[in-house]
Amino acid sequence: MAEVLVYVDHVDGAVRKPTLELLTLARRIGEPVAVALGAGADATAAVLAEHGAVKVLTADAPEFAEYLVVPKVDALQAAYDAVSPAAVLVPSSAEGKEIAARLAVRIGSGIITDAVDLEAGDEGPVATQSAFAASFTTKSRVSKGTPVITVKPNSAPVEAAPAAGAVEALAVTFGALATGTKVTGRTPRESTGRPELTEAAIVVSGGRGVNGAENFGIIEALADSLGAAVGASRAAVDAGWYPHTNQVGQTGKSVSPQLYIASGISGAIQHRAGMQTSKTIVAINKDAEAPIFDLVDYGVVGDLFTVVPQLTDEIKARKG
Amino acid sequence: MSLRIVVCVKYVPDATGDRQFTEDLTVNRDDVDGLLSELDEYAVEQALQIADEADDAEITVLTVGPEDAKDALRKALSMGADKAIHVEDDDLHGTDVMGTSLVLAKAIEKAGYDLVITGMASTDGTMGVLPAILAERLGVPQVTLLSEVKVEDGTVTGRRDGDTASEQLEASLPALVSVTDQSGEARYPSFKGIMAAKKKPVESWDLEDLEIEADEVGLEGSWTAVDSAAQRPARTAGTIVKDEGEGGKQLAEFLAGQKFI
Repeated sequence: MAEVLVYVDHVDGAVRKPTLELLTLARRIGEPVAVALGAGADATAAVLAEHGAVKVLTADAPEFAEYLVVPKVDALQAAYDAVSPAAVLVPSSAEGKEIAARLAVRIGSGIITDAVDLEAGDEGPVATQSAFAASFTTKSRVSKGTPVITVKPNSAPVEAAPAAGAVEALAVTFGALATGTKVTGRTPRESTGRPELTEAAIVVSGGRGVNGAENFGIIEALADSLGAAVGASRAAVDAGWYPHTNQVGQTGKSVSPQLYIASGISGAIQHRAGMQTSKTIVAINKDAEAPIFDLVDYGVVGDLFTVVPQLTDEIKARKG
Repeated sequence: MSLRIVVCVKYVPDATGDRQFTEDLTVNRDDVDGLLSELDEYAVEQALQIADEADDAEITVLTVGPEDAKDALRKALSMGADKAIHVEDDDLHGTDVMGTSLVLAKAIEKAGYDLVITGMASTDGTMGVLPAILAERLGVPQVTLLSEVKVEDGTVTGRRDGDTASEQLEASLPALVSVTDQSGEARYPSFKGIMAAKKKPVESWDLEDLEIEADEVGLEGSWTAVDSAAQRPARTAGTIVKDEGEGGKQLAEFLAGQKFI
């Protein structure tokens, strides 16, 4: 059976959920061979094996942390040369997309980004994508070279499928470009204790209607009652009420959770572009004419300052 | 010595318009107004700020696209860029990101550069991979997704805000930089700028000028194939209630029914 390279996104050995989802998709196409790089790479093997990796190729070198992106491309290319895979799958993070893109150029292959589903096809893997603020669904293939495909979080279930997961050291030779961009400083993002926005199963977002940074507390309280991530519309971010890293929309992050709750968000096209693939959409807005209500599975026309706290209390009560 | 900056910009269909696919599954550009991609305005702005700090700098804006794409170049010129290059060729219809990046790389090399600046992604395709591909093709450092950028003494430095960390980056010129929408508000063209833009040179190049064969680009030469594009069925109308004191509780009931609680 053909092998499929899966690029592992991990933090010091802790594998992030989108990679486990990728393993589910990879098994539809062939046998997953995982590539884990940097500090803690060896520690990823157990969980990768549990989710279907037949092999885990690992490499660590100071270059991965000291220089931007390219050393990881060199390593993924070494894995590609060692395996000759039927496809290369990479999580659709900002860095993942850059790594995938550079690899695709090097191996003379086409690239598909932000797939939301993947199936085996007669002419290679077929990727489902959503276009134009999710108003269209397209099915595409890579027609030249080995398909390189990046996949959005929440595109597949995480499934246990125990496999050998034999760890093999990957020999990497860094090219001249690897040391081109030096990382001279790194400040880890302060953890809020909440799930990462793009990976979260539930996202609670606030917009213009929240009317002030000090009021975002009620959005956060609702998010915490559901174990959700907090998002914000561009209007709220531009007003300085919430950090840009939490912005959902065309110029922010694209999310695709099981449940999206929009509070005080009108639903301009730029916002819809970032959340319209959410499975269930709920909105709270006092303007009954707000375009967001065209998208919702359930909408409440009302003042978010009364509806949201009541909802939070009710959720807490139900959860006991 | 003059700092040669090339800014890559894209002419995109207005996101607020009714965007559709045509029969060959490329984007229908005829029935929707186009404009300079908003995210590329930030790239033009940063180029202008870097040029202001340099002793001597020249900003060239570059686009690949149909006749209308000149509008995007005019906008950038009216903001303050010095000259423009328009790569236009009938054989480019349907070119994907691999082909577009090939054309841009050849054009950038032909134009001559010390610094290439792009936006973080286009607002239509939203792939966000072009900057990395261009850096790979040009063989220069990629200094991408910057929210802050500075060029001094042949070195570019900047801040990249990632999901898990904020990084400080440094590279020597020549280099490729991409900037985010957090890099600084783009200026509005002044009346003087708009008038001046009309006199600024816009060069037109085709595939032959760039020594690119027609079969390397276009729909036929594409590295990817779109097999189908289906309009998503309109969502079935959801339940909408007016809050009369119990709105939060009703919503909780709905969420419980959907097993979210």
